[in-house]
Amino acid sequence: MKTGFNFAYLDEATKRMIRRKILKAVCIPGYQCPFGGREMPLAYGWGTGGIQVTASIIGKQDILKVIDQGADDTTNAVSIKNFFKRVCNIMTTDKTAEASLIQTRHRIPETTLNKDQIIVYQVPQPEPLRKLEPKEKETRKLHAYKEYALMHVKLYEEISQFGSVIKTWAYPVETNNRYITDPTPIPKFDNPKMNNMEALQLFGAGREKRIYAIPPYTKVKSLDFDDHPFEIQTWDECCSICGSTKSYLDEIIINNEGEKNFICSDTDFCKSNLEKNK
Amino acid sequence: MYVAVKGGEKAIKSSLKLLEKKRKETGTKSIEINQIKEQLSFAVDRVINEGSLYDKDLSALAIKQSQGDLVEAIFLLRAYRTTLERYAYSTAIDTSKMIIKRRISASFKDIPGGQILGPTFDYSHRLLDFSLMKEDEINSYQKINNQEPKNKEFPSVIDYLNNENLLEQEINNLKDNPFDVTRDPMKFPASRDQWMQILARGDEGFLLGLSYSAIRGFGSKGTHPFVGEIKYGIVDIFISPDELGFEICIGEIEISECQMIDQFAGNKNTPPQFTRGYGLTFGYNERKSMAISIVDRALKSEGYGEEIKFPIQDQEFVLYHADNVEAQGFVTHLKLPHYVDFQGELNLIRKLRNEILQGKKL
Repeated sequence: MKTGFNFAYLDEATKRMIRRKILKAVCIPGYQCPFGGREMPLAYGWGTGGIQVTASIIGKQDILKVIDQGADDTTNAVSIKNFFKRVCNIMTTDKTAEASLIQTRHRIPETTLNKDQIIVYQVPQPEPLRKLEPKEKETRKLHAYKEYALMHVKLYEEISQFGSVIKTWAYPVETNNRYITDPTPIPKFDNPKMNNMEALQLFGAGREKRIYAIPPYTKVKSLDFDDHPFEIQTWDECCSICGSTKSYLDEIIINNEGEKNFICSDTDFCKSNLEKNK
Repeated sequence: MYVAVKGGEKAIKSSLKLLEKKRKETGTKSIEINQIKEQLSFAVDRVINEGSLYDKDLSALAIKQSQGDLVEAIFLLRAYRTTLERYAYSTAIDTSKMIIKRRISASFKDIPGGQILGPTFDYSHRLLDFSLMKEDEINSYQKINNQEPKNKEFPSVIDYLNNENLLEQEINNLKDNPFDVTRDPMKFPASRDQWMQILARGDEGFLLGLSYSAIRGFGSKGTHPFVGEIKYGIVDIFISPDELGFEICIGEIEISECQMIDQFAGNKNTPPQFTRGYGLTFGYNERKSMAISIVDRALKSEGYGEEIKFPIQDQEFVLYHADNVEAQGFVTHLKLPHYVDFQGELNLIRKLRNEILQGKKL
């Protein structure tokens, strides 16, 4: 089938440039590599960084899965998947275990990823220190000197004010004992999955033009204090579809009286869990 | 079960159909690309600028396809532009060789070559012209015999100030190809070639607001800039391919240029003198070229050792937020589902409230 575009939309020189940046990013885990981000036919903030990373590494044999908020059938995930179908003519899947390449926004699948898989995160703001220091010139220095007091003080202040760290998503991590890294707006529930993950984790920020990476089997530690260890979210309820008590749950208002139900955010996990339990 | 924002495939298809229906449902005549190009030329010029692709036909097409949403049209043009191959960088254009359509100076009453008002809304009365509600065919229009300027080449007006060293010199210190914001990620401190490109592509409204803030009081010492010269006209574009070793003209483009004069108090090394702000745009975008020239001057503050106090002087503030393709994308991404993150917040706020209400914290 002819698409009218180069395979995966970007020209080969651009893809090579991005792959070089990815290699650099893999060599310096957690370090934000500037790259010559291109304009894409999808809006900035809607996954252009992830799309460029995916476009640069995708091959004809790849099987692509795209999720948004954990689900395969959310509009933006569908739209990105359709984009790659159109410009790559490749296979896509909803099944985490079948995919060789997974592009995600705001979740890591519940199913453990393996060494043959790559997960590409869409990144809105690659700089974990940005909210504390708006200037790029300054934050680059802070990373270079490993000067992270700002962040530790911020977490400390939250604990002194609220009794615990109140960051529930995009909870900062330290990668390979070196760089403080933004895990993207995944819920902190997913942070432990990043640690020692078998799969390669790539992060693309289109608007900010940064790529970073966490190579397989890399130590990723969520920032905390000895007397206030990192904790993930828990629910009293279980998934009302598959009954899971181990997955991240979305809350759903089911009627005008405001009654609510909880269901798995990861739709593929929910489906397979339901089948398993039958 | 109620599942919002899921089942995307069908919804997207219907949404696109509805969008098309919105354009077509009353069965009016389809607008021709040429009509947009000629009769909405200011819109077309805005789109080639911020889309940073000099192609008026594609700009008109983008405006038609986006149903007049110019930011969307700019986005369409950018997404097309990104697929085009880069053959060469042109040599610097020479605006003193411009074929002038308009040229004014607010700093000098008379200038060699004369002031040429050209086409402008400036002195029109902004009264709705109801006769346009039902306009006769355009061909009933009587051709004006435009007085062509006699002198084809006009040296830059503010160069006259150079003779007395009253004006800072602009020295070309570019060694290689210019910084290319479409190929290289932003760098700070930014070089002037970098920021001029970002301003040229930047959102007109944003730049207009910034420049307004500076002359209203959120700029250096409340100085008032002067328009040295504003020009609108046609220039030739040259490239100099390595294998040829000489320049060839590859076409002509319309541009608007603004040279703004501003004060500088001087410092230990330099006596007081006038400084410049420069604005250049594709097509006829005079308002924007003026805005750029004011922002440009403000961004030069750091180089003059002036105190950085205001948003317009702050490189990162201005350059990171001027691009409307980036800005609109990121602002509108808030429409995307965030329920995973929101769930985290819900959980937290319940927990915090419970702790307080149960008296644990009080």
